Amino acid sequence: MSVAAARHVLPGFRLGMGYTILYLSLIVLLPLAAMVFKSTELTAAQFWAIASGERALASLRITFGASLLAAMINAVFGVLTAWVLVRYPFPGKRFVDALVDLPFALPTAVAGITLATLYAGNGWIGRYLEPLGVKVAFTPLGIVVALTFIGLPFVVRTLQPVIEDIEPELEEAAATLGATRWQTFARVLFPAMLPALLTGFTLALSRAIGEYGSVIFIAGNMPLISEITPLLIVSKLEQYDVAGATALAVVMLVISFVLLLAVNGLQWRLANSRRAGARA
Amino acid sequence: MKPRHSALAEPPIVRIALTTLALLFLAFFLGLPLLSVFAEAFAAGVPAYLRALADPEARSAVILTVIVALGVLPLNIVFGVAAAWVIAKFEFRGKAALITLIDLPFAVSPVVAGLVFVLIFGAQGLFGPWLMAHDIKIIFALPGIVLATLFVTFPFIARELIPLMQAQGREEEEAAISLGASGWQMLWRVTLPNIKWGLLYGVILANARAMGEFGAVSVVSGHIRGETNTLPLHVEILYNEYNQVGAFAAASVLAMLALVTLLAKTAVEWRMRRETAMLSAELSPERVPAPASGRTAGATHPSAERP
Amino acid sequence: MLRSCRPLFAAIALAGTFAAVPQMASADVTLLNASYDVARDFYKDYNPLFQKYWKAKTGESVEVKQSHGGSSKQVRAVADGLEADVVTMNQSPDVDFLAEKGLVARDYTKKFPNNASPYTSTMVFIVRRGNPKGIHDWSDLGRSGIQVILPHPKTSGNGRYSYLGAWGYALRQPGGNDKTALEFVGRVLKNAPLFAAGGRDATTTFMQRKLGDVLVSFESEAELIAREFGRGEFEVVYPSQSILAEFPVAIVDRVVDKKGTRRQAQAYLDYLWSKEGQENAAQNYQRPRDPEVLKKYAAQFPAIRTFTVDEVFGSWSKAFAAHFRDGGSFDQIYQVK
Repeated sequence: MSVAAARHVLPGFRLGMGYTILYLSLIVLLPLAAMVFKSTELTAAQFWAIASGERALASLRITFGASLLAAMINAVFGVLTAWVLVRYPFPGKRFVDALVDLPFALPTAVAGITLATLYAGNGWIGRYLEPLGVKVAFTPLGIVVALTFIGLPFVVRTLQPVIEDIEPELEEAAATLGATRWQTFARVLFPAMLPALLTGFTLALSRAIGEYGSVIFIAGNMPLISEITPLLIVSKLEQYDVAGATALAVVMLVISFVLLLAVNGLQWRLANSRRAGARA
Repeated sequence: MKPRHSALAEPPIVRIALTTLALLFLAFFLGLPLLSVFAEAFAAGVPAYLRALADPEARSAVILTVIVALGVLPLNIVFGVAAAWVIAKFEFRGKAALITLIDLPFAVSPVVAGLVFVLIFGAQGLFGPWLMAHDIKIIFALPGIVLATLFVTFPFIARELIPLMQAQGREEEEAAISLGASGWQMLWRVTLPNIKWGLLYGVILANARAMGEFGAVSVVSGHIRGETNTLPLHVEILYNEYNQVGAFAAASVLAMLALVTLLAKTAVEWRMRRETAMLSAELSPERVPAPASGRTAGATHPSAERP
Repeated sequence: MLRSCRPLFAAIALAGTFAAVPQMASADVTLLNASYDVARDFYKDYNPLFQKYWKAKTGESVEVKQSHGGSSKQVRAVADGLEADVVTMNQSPDVDFLAEKGLVARDYTKKFPNNASPYTSTMVFIVRRGNPKGIHDWSDLGRSGIQVILPHPKTSGNGRYSYLGAWGYALRQPGGNDKTALEFVGRVLKNAPLFAAGGRDATTTFMQRKLGDVLVSFESEAELIAREFGRGEFEVVYPSQSILAEFPVAIVDRVVDKKGTRRQAQAYLDYLWSKEGQENAAQNYQRPRDPEVLKKYAAQFPAIRTFTVDEVFGSWSKAFAAHFRDGGSFDQIYQVK
């Protein structure tokens, strides 16, 4: 990694980078390398058979489709929630603010059990949805609900500090220049929030892709319909087929990596073009 | 708060509509599940709830969970600050790739996250035989649980800080350095105070996840009662044993972590307000305290985003 | 400003002082029993019985630690280094796996009486009060219009026993063969609106969420269901015949040899077959092997014709390979047409 750091005076690049790489390698890369290594116990043909089976493909479609959908829902409502929590006063705000972390603190199994109970035909929510013909629990829709739940804090919590940090001067300047409130939001505030929003989206997405604990309780787990890839991994482990399980995990990992890289690349391009625009 | 110009704030009707919409969303997605957890926990009355919590196994699970979180958080704080510093304040090639690598642990299914450590340290793993020969226990003991938790909470703090530090730009730090501050002075006096909200959120999130993690930990824990069972594992076992009240009582303890968030935020806010008041009393008059606004105290950020 | 971020670190430090180190055991010998997840009640009652017996016999005090979890997860943990002296599981493939790995004697089923299974259970049906859909036998589970709740056959022991129970029933009908059995089990699975995450989750779905007409479950769990959800909410239906669930126990050679606990581990498992151990099984709604004890608790255990996995499928490992491995009969049912 060639560095343009010499251009400016800030210290700590080498130390920070060295530590980052070391820690990343120890905690993340080494274990993942062990996983990839384990999957090489399979021949290429075996690996391909596992990765391209109908069930595996269907489960990948469901896993990534539901995760994308959930991350999008979280992006929309996350912006709304973060904005309201930072900018508008209302009674009980602190409590509501604290509530946002719930999906992380609650063990995923409890979340899954609770959501399944709420959205089942006789649950607090399900009993009103079912007469409308909307079935959530034990359908792919249930997967989206569970993934929305577990990813919710990401967007809100990445946006909050950024919104708190937006300079009032920015908005004042826009207003002085005759912008309407909506224009100010669309042209000034939203662009300032965009990098954090993308971060939150990415995190919610990646968390959703790997999620297992909450989903299996609400998904119904029907093969080809509501079976997620992590469930297939577990069912391989139940057969003591560790190599097969790691093969599926590697497939997921590669797709996730490409997906995340695309979003992160987009985000950096965006940030750079804005910075260039700001300099000009 | 200062009264705002109409172009500086939304019309009341929009505010009310947005607030209502946000609250409705949160009520459905967070409020009802929370309520439901407590309803189950208290289904058999308060004494049954308290009995479930007084159970020695529940207590040892709570203690273990706290120890694990305490082991994990400092390590991830240091990493988070270091990584965010490098990524947000410097330009280098491969940045997007580095960030993606940091994100990766989230995308790895928790089931697999536990498994990878078994592949390394397990009896049939890479280092397993050596560890066994030297009687060093990593998995099915505290170190394994800490490692798995480190893995699943790895990105939180870094990811929380990167967009924030990026938005803040590097002018303040550069100013500090050019005024002769050492690197550590800059870190303690400029950088950390500026990012403390983001850091706090990151720590809170990482802590919540560290305490609530089930999947990865369940693979490396060994489930020894009263010894390597964390609270989420304890919850699952109780549930499977048809002890619904016990399970949800334990889960409610984790849910109440949200209250810890509340306390931490309030405490920091309070400290900050006091210090801002002190500072503004003895320092320049332009640093006006902005109490309760939740904004980073008195710090102005000539950020990169100028309109 | 420096001070303003201190509360955070102070809070962390403060919390640290609350953390206490778990106290050490004071017993002469410590055994670790790795077991499946519903067995906790059983061993919670059994361990003190054994401790008393062993103390009286040898003067030695033994502490027994318990580890409970999903059966195959537990076994994987033992293979990966969890130092369990004994394993007490709910299906033999799990112990077979340890035998394959050389942690447990290959002929572990011969080391103790009754196929090394101190008690048994069987799969029964839980139906709604009054049995409104008239469910009496496995064949009713394949009828159209019936919803069957069962756990995922590929990820849970309950699910596997339910699946093999249905298969074995079909096979043992006049003219039954693998083809008719596949067809029958296919119909039963078609009636499943979902596959629950585990036995307990299937129960919650049936009892609390009121989904389905019949729940397939272990006989021993019917009592747990009654305790949790109240008697009178459901009825237990015994089919004409059902599968015998065995609960194999074994000594983990590698661990006891290392720790020097073979004598105690052996005694711990032997004692399961004692009168006290068998009574304890009956009290926990597991069918005791001891005929006298079984007779004493006859009211609790209605007579039912059972078949073992070995009788119908040759062996557990054959059954597992034919039905639950990838590409096995379960997967064939869900093949894309």
